[in-house]
Amino acid sequence: MPLVKQGKIVADGYIHVADDAEIPVDGAALIPAARFLADPEVLLKRSNPTGVIWPNNRDPEELVPYLDKLAVVALAFPSFRDGRAYSQARLLRERYRYKGELRATGQVLRDQFVIMLRAGFDSFEVKKDADAEAFAATVKRYTVFYQPTGDGRITALHQRMQLRHSESAR
Amino acid sequence: MYAYDEIDRTLINERVAEFRDQVKRRLAGELTEDEFKMLRLMNGVYLQLHAYMFRVAIPYGTLSSPQLRKMAHVARRYDRGYGHFTTRQNIQFNWIKLADLPDALEDLASVGIHAMQTSGNCTRNVTTDQWAGVAPGEVEDPRIWAELLRQYSTMHPEFSFLPRKFKIAITASAHDRAAIKVHDIGLRIHKNEAGETGFEVLVGGGLGRTPFIGKVIKPFVHGRDILSYVESILRVYNQYGRRDNIYKARIKILVHELGIEKFAAEVEDEWLAMRDSALTLDNEVVEDIRSRFSYPHYQKLSDTPDELTAASADPHFARWLKNSVAPHQRTGYAIVTLSLKPVGGPPGDATAEQMDAVADLADKYSFGEIRVGHEQNLALPSVAKHDLPALWRQLDKLGLATPNVNLVTDIIACPGLDYCSLANTRSIPIAQELTRRFANHDLAELIGRLHINISGCINACGHHHVGHIGILGVEKNGEEFFQITIGGRADEHAVVGTLIGPAVPFAEVADVIEDIVEAYLALRARPDELFVQTVERLGVEPFKERVYATR
Repeated sequence: MPLVKQGKIVADGYIHVADDAEIPVDGAALIPAARFLADPEVLLKRSNPTGVIWPNNRDPEELVPYLDKLAVVALAFPSFRDGRAYSQARLLRERYRYKGELRATGQVLRDQFVIMLRAGFDSFEVKKDADAEAFAATVKRYTVFYQPTGDGRITALHQRMQLRHSESAR
Repeated sequence: MYAYDEIDRTLINERVAEFRDQVKRRLAGELTEDEFKMLRLMNGVYLQLHAYMFRVAIPYGTLSSPQLRKMAHVARRYDRGYGHFTTRQNIQFNWIKLADLPDALEDLASVGIHAMQTSGNCTRNVTTDQWAGVAPGEVEDPRIWAELLRQYSTMHPEFSFLPRKFKIAITASAHDRAAIKVHDIGLRIHKNEAGETGFEVLVGGGLGRTPFIGKVIKPFVHGRDILSYVESILRVYNQYGRRDNIYKARIKILVHELGIEKFAAEVEDEWLAMRDSALTLDNEVVEDIRSRFSYPHYQKLSDTPDELTAASADPHFARWLKNSVAPHQRTGYAIVTLSLKPVGGPPGDATAEQMDAVADLADKYSFGEIRVGHEQNLALPSVAKHDLPALWRQLDKLGLATPNVNLVTDIIACPGLDYCSLANTRSIPIAQELTRRFANHDLAELIGRLHINISGCINACGHHHVGHIGILGVEKNGEEFFQITIGGRADEHAVVGTLIGPAVPFAEVADVIEDIVEAYLALRARPDELFVQTVERLGVEPFKERVYATR
């Protein structure tokens, strides 16, 4: 499953730790939520980057005390049509000011790239190679956005106001 | 009319280009049907019994004449020469080919029409009063707010994959023509003591297999806060709405299971955390949208022109005038409803020729504007009263002057088993038979206002729960049976109808409805006591007795 980060296909440096597997002493690791919360202080002292795999039915507010130390929060799309992680992503970015890597995992297709970027994701475990390869082209599909989100893209409403003001200044 | 600017047009074109790629990938086998399904639904494409069905949005029920002509073009070029107007201000084409869809969308995009989010688990077409902007006594034009919500909800990056579909309706009149109480969110525009515009917000209404009337979640949300408040509701729903069972996934079930107080408290907490955000609508932004709506240049005209007086001597004209013409905000003008319910016809259908002709009539008599209502009829919103006789003669030739608006043959029906893969029974033939039984206009007028709604399955697309008489098709041992409810209504007094007894077979439905109507005529306290009022006063018992005594 290719990983797309900063718009490019890259090697995934993280080990995905299964629910029942041992947590490696070295190496970057993504740790399941329950295990992470059982011992967060110790896990965050690991010598290599540590991230958490967060299920889409758990309140991300629980992560707030650890957000500045987490290297990755991986949110889940167990099916293409289950959109709970979009809300979690926006809350993490816009309300809890999480600055680290926010990763989309699960059923990730090119058709979601734009809204995922807008919701705050910046890395993508893409299901199909062809979609990962199409990333750069796909995210340029849209140039107009109606809603304000944390990604800072200007909304149509405000674009119009700017146009109007620049016209009246002339 | 709202005029799309370059920004709106760009988005629609980008969406068409994206869908063209999605269709190409599907036809090449790069997308599975399961993956493609959610994508095509969000572009209005269903797979029905015989073909793909294509549902196109008519935002807040307003069309310009070029837009209606483009609908006629799509019907003619890509379909079988007709379209079907739905109960949510959409039009459906029933026989379209998948490979043609991107072209059809591109043709529609050229006049600012799209099919975005007419299906899928996202916010659907925001609907409102088909008389918006012309109805006497309206607080203000609700379409300004409908357009703001349309933009807000289009391709929302957080709410495109909700637990289930999400429908918003707005009214600004005391008489609710938008059925806001049976929507996921219903908005009633009113003013606070300072004279500022805001909304009474209702939540959790809906029909389907578990009907609920919406409950008030907040009596007044200021206009500037409406987007953040709606976002709070959507966020709570997106996180906590049920996803384990699609029949329990609508927001009405969440509201019901939590209780409105608890749900309201969750929303309030969320709202307080984000109300002062970029979603706040400055007055300037609202006024910018308002300025994009153009209004007709009305003239000073007489309310009693000679043409009208002379024509009223013709009883056919007089009957139509009384039935299909309603008062307008401006002196000398009227709102004209065009019945799409001819005797023996499928409710809500219009041919390409009719659509083209209505577009021409709109240009000639109604400032180029056409409206579409949830009752599946069209309207010309601003007709000079002196033009009414000439308009009537032309509508009559087109078969669009049946004087049955709001009467027993103005039936709302879903497409049913003639088209729909979800249906248990047919709906259209029941409607057709009923229009023949009550074809006598004197009888229909004597009966007065009476809404019959027919759904071919429990999904309730014909809104049978809120019909004065509701007819629901169910399957029993491979045969079509119909449950009859009475006393429902969809307006400001919305209530779910009551079942009168065991389901009846297809062949008996029209007889049963005749019995119910006869019982009403015998039972009503006075000629102007409406059917629903008689049911409210007496309950269902006398009707039940009448229907089942001899069955």
